[in-house]
Amino acid sequence: MNKDHKSSRAVRLGKWLVSGPPFVYLLWFFVLPSLIMVLASFRYPGEFGGLAPLAASDPNTLQGVTLETYQFFFSDFIYSYVFLKSFLVALATTLICLLMAYPLALLIARSPKKRRDLMVLLVILPFASNFLIRVYAWMIILGPQAAFSQTINGLLAALGVAPVHLLFSPFAVLVGMVYVHLPFMVLPLYTNLEKHDPALLDAAQDLGANAWHRFWRVTFPLSLPGIFSGSALVFIPVLGMFAIPDILGGTGDMLIGNLIKEQFLSTRDWPFGSTLSIMLTLAVLLIVWITARLGGRGRHYA
Amino acid sequence: MRRSWSLWAAALAVYAFLYLPLTIVVVYSFNDSRLNAEWVGFTWHWYQVLLHDEDMLLAAGNSLFIALVSSLVATLLGTMAGIAMHRYQLKLLTFMVLTPVAMPEILLGVSLLLFFIQVLNLSLGMLSIVLAHITFSIGFVAVIVRARLAGMDESLFEAARDLGASPWETFRYITFPLILPAVIAGGLMAFTLSIDDFVITFFTAGVGVQTLPLRIYSMIKIAVTPEVNAVSTLLMLLTLTMIVLASRFAPDVLKDKT
Repeated sequence: MNKDHKSSRAVRLGKWLVSGPPFVYLLWFFVLPSLIMVLASFRYPGEFGGLAPLAASDPNTLQGVTLETYQFFFSDFIYSYVFLKSFLVALATTLICLLMAYPLALLIARSPKKRRDLMVLLVILPFASNFLIRVYAWMIILGPQAAFSQTINGLLAALGVAPVHLLFSPFAVLVGMVYVHLPFMVLPLYTNLEKHDPALLDAAQDLGANAWHRFWRVTFPLSLPGIFSGSALVFIPVLGMFAIPDILGGTGDMLIGNLIKEQFLSTRDWPFGSTLSIMLTLAVLLIVWITARLGGRGRHYA
Repeated sequence: MRRSWSLWAAALAVYAFLYLPLTIVVVYSFNDSRLNAEWVGFTWHWYQVLLHDEDMLLAAGNSLFIALVSSLVATLLGTMAGIAMHRYQLKLLTFMVLTPVAMPEILLGVSLLLFFIQVLNLSLGMLSIVLAHITFSIGFVAVIVRARLAGMDESLFEAARDLGASPWETFRYITFPLILPAVIAGGLMAFTLSIDDFVITFFTAGVGVQTLPLRIYSMIKIAVTPEVNAVSTLLMLLTLTMIVLASRFAPDVLKDKT
């Protein structure tokens, strides 16, 4: 009896020893900073960046808490416009990634078992090179002197169309986004497709379904959970991306991430930067909620 | 499989899309021209430039140091988190470990910037970068360790208990040796993530400290020379080596990453 008591205390002690340190670390360097950001969005900006004091002796200085940053967000249409544009870019990136990833994932899933690991590794490998390098590669390809741009503009000239500048354009941003995020779509799709039972397709074939029907009636509905998780993995990081528009886009190609970066590093209006970050967080939560609901439906369907 | 040739064609096109851009970066790093436009001739010149670029070497040293320290701490904390998540099913801890991995990086970057300056009154530099890198690396290590534990046979631990082993002895002689490959793979992963990180470092570095990605970023933004290609090629080699190492320690890690 006494021994049991002692061992249950040892178990509880073990639980605290194991979960305590990571819990405390993340409380300090993840939870607390996030809460601070929520609070900061209700403050005034400081005179030289940072935040204005909560209480100051001089009544003329900005102080206390306010809803102004949120009012400001909704008063100027430009902010809603940038959010809308970011959503559209994220949506377009997700759809293009899906179109490119699906055939590849399907092929890998239907390849002999021995070859699958290698094919998956080949998808992950470029993804392991530095993110900036992958974006930089497109700076080279889309640059005005590069063979690719010259060919495109040669074709356009033959058609009698004025030459286009590929780099620093919305097109370049979209290409960069797709390139960087494509593996996020391939992997969950493959994981899903790999689990499909080939007997289902055989059954469908025996029942007279042609290839087209077998795909749309069997494979596609069963792969919906994979599509949803891949889409979330692409959509969410694209929504907050600032580096790709920064490097490949022109001055007009700002997305939410660029707005946030400006507020924190150039304009130094931290309360408004925090407000924009909160809005981005809400947008991400909305996406997660939608995906979870659709994912749930997908499972029903399957 | 009548349709399989079109599937192959589509897949090959995607593989080409994945590899062509990086191949161009590597090839042009040996190109005897200031412009990344056409092939002129072979040269080692850009690698020599790189070796004499003191800013770049300093940045590389900083990156290595940051990656080493942050991956060591993250491996320790992440392993603990992975064990805790598996054994005790702590919902709150799991949420805290996984959210920094799943949310857009910029959010973690700016909230840490705000926290370091406004609350801790910490001047930005090495320390702030290391602290930030630990935060996002914990999740990756924890996920790898938890996946390993989930694939293990619970009866091993029961047997150890039945034979009179204390919780510590069970951990020391059973659990730890079994999860060690996952711990090493997680550590290598944390190291690679730290050395590669741009976004979070960008916000938490301040003006004094440069890391390799920050240096590459400013070169890309200001003046592009094939020196960027040379450093990119070397960085790719390093990452490739890390992946090979990680996959040797835990062959299933690469597949678990989904």
